[in-house]
Amino acid sequence: MQINLEQPILAKNDALAQENRALFAEKHVFVLNILASPGSGKTSTILATIEALRDEFNIAVIEGDIASSVDSEKIKAQGIAAVQINTGGACHLESNMIRKALDVLDLDALDLILLENVGNLVCPTDFDLGENAKVMILSVPEGDDKPLKYPGVFQVAEAVVLNKVDTMPVFNFNEEAFTEAVRQLNPQAPIFRMAATTGEGVDEWAEWLAEKIRAVQ
Amino acid sequence: MHELGLMTGVMSSVTEAARNAGAVRVTDITLSVGEMTEAIQDALEFAFEALSEGTMCEGAKLHINMVRPKSRCQECGAEYEHDRFHMTCAECGSPFTELIAGKEMQIDSIEVDLPD
Ligand SMILES: Nc1nc2c(ncn2[C@@H]2O[C@H](COP(=O)(O)OP(=O)(O)OP(=O)(O)O)[C@@H](O)[C@H]2O)c(=O)[nH]1
Ligand SMILES: [Mg+2]
Ligand SMILES: [Zn+2]
Repeated sequence: MQINLEQPILAKNDALAQENRALFAEKHVFVLNILASPGSGKTSTILATIEALRDEFNIAVIEGDIASSVDSEKIKAQGIAAVQINTGGACHLESNMIRKALDVLDLDALDLILLENVGNLVCPTDFDLGENAKVMILSVPEGDDKPLKYPGVFQVAEAVVLNKVDTMPVFNFNEEAFTEAVRQLNPQAPIFRMAATTGEGVDEWAEWLAEKIRAVQ
Repeated sequence: MHELGLMTGVMSSVTEAARNAGAVRVTDITLSVGEMTEAIQDALEFAFEALSEGTMCEGAKLHINMVRPKSRCQECGAEYEHDRFHMTCAECGSPFTELIAGKEMQIDSIEVDLPD
């Protein structure tokens, strides 16, 4: 006997992600899911973004790591609410983990949640968390060929941050080739050149994000 | 990679559907997987073999339809197939396009044996 299922493999994750999304909409919170490799500068970018936007918006951070609370400690040190999720080996965040993290945040008081996904260019891309937008960060030392090796993550991103541009001279990064590859993969995504630790380019990036946050308020 | 997690989800949905139908054994499972997802066919097959051992799915044939990416141009209306790397409209070159196939991760159907 044949049984037609026509059911998404990630049905459970997707259903819970939709619940998260509805909750964010009801509370007028903008949620940004940040995807990138380990060490590319996710936490540094989050810290720079907080500095740029904290006067206008109330911000919280959800940190996803396989282990440790190093990153959430850095955020808390800036006087910003941070929740650490340890995935215990899992290579990506799932929507139920976000749901649990939300229990300790005061959504009524928040405008923006920055979500640092597990450092990985592959696995997080297929998992909807209920976010308003995904962005990806590539850092210059990783090389200009990454869009060709990890197309998926560049395609789900609404914007691409090219971080550590201050190191461009040392790493022989072919920015033209990089920009063209990203344009082929995701023609509508803006690319923000940035150095999170020096502040270069942070304002343009923060303004793009601020527009998005205002739009859901 | 997360194929093991994906197949765990497939197995539990399939087992539930088969049990609800009163089946004793699953003989075929058909999935559709878009080429624009991160799921790899070989890894899915490997995960299925490992997970199905000793279950009602053991020995079932896993059919995976890999779905080619396809987009529709929002400017000229063209629908065109493309590879993973080139999204712009094949007809007019516009960047304003919408993906209409290639992101699937779906259990299409299963074939089960009912008790005699
Ligand atoms: N030169 C330079 N270094 C940077 C920049 N941004 C981050 N770094 C450095 O890169 C290292 C990693 O930065 P993090 O912000 O911790 O990166 P991450 O992606 O959060 O790392 P994980 O969470 O461990 O995956 C740190 O030593 C930062 O100081 C930048 O724009 N320029
Ligand atoms: Mg970090
Ligand atoms: Zn066109």
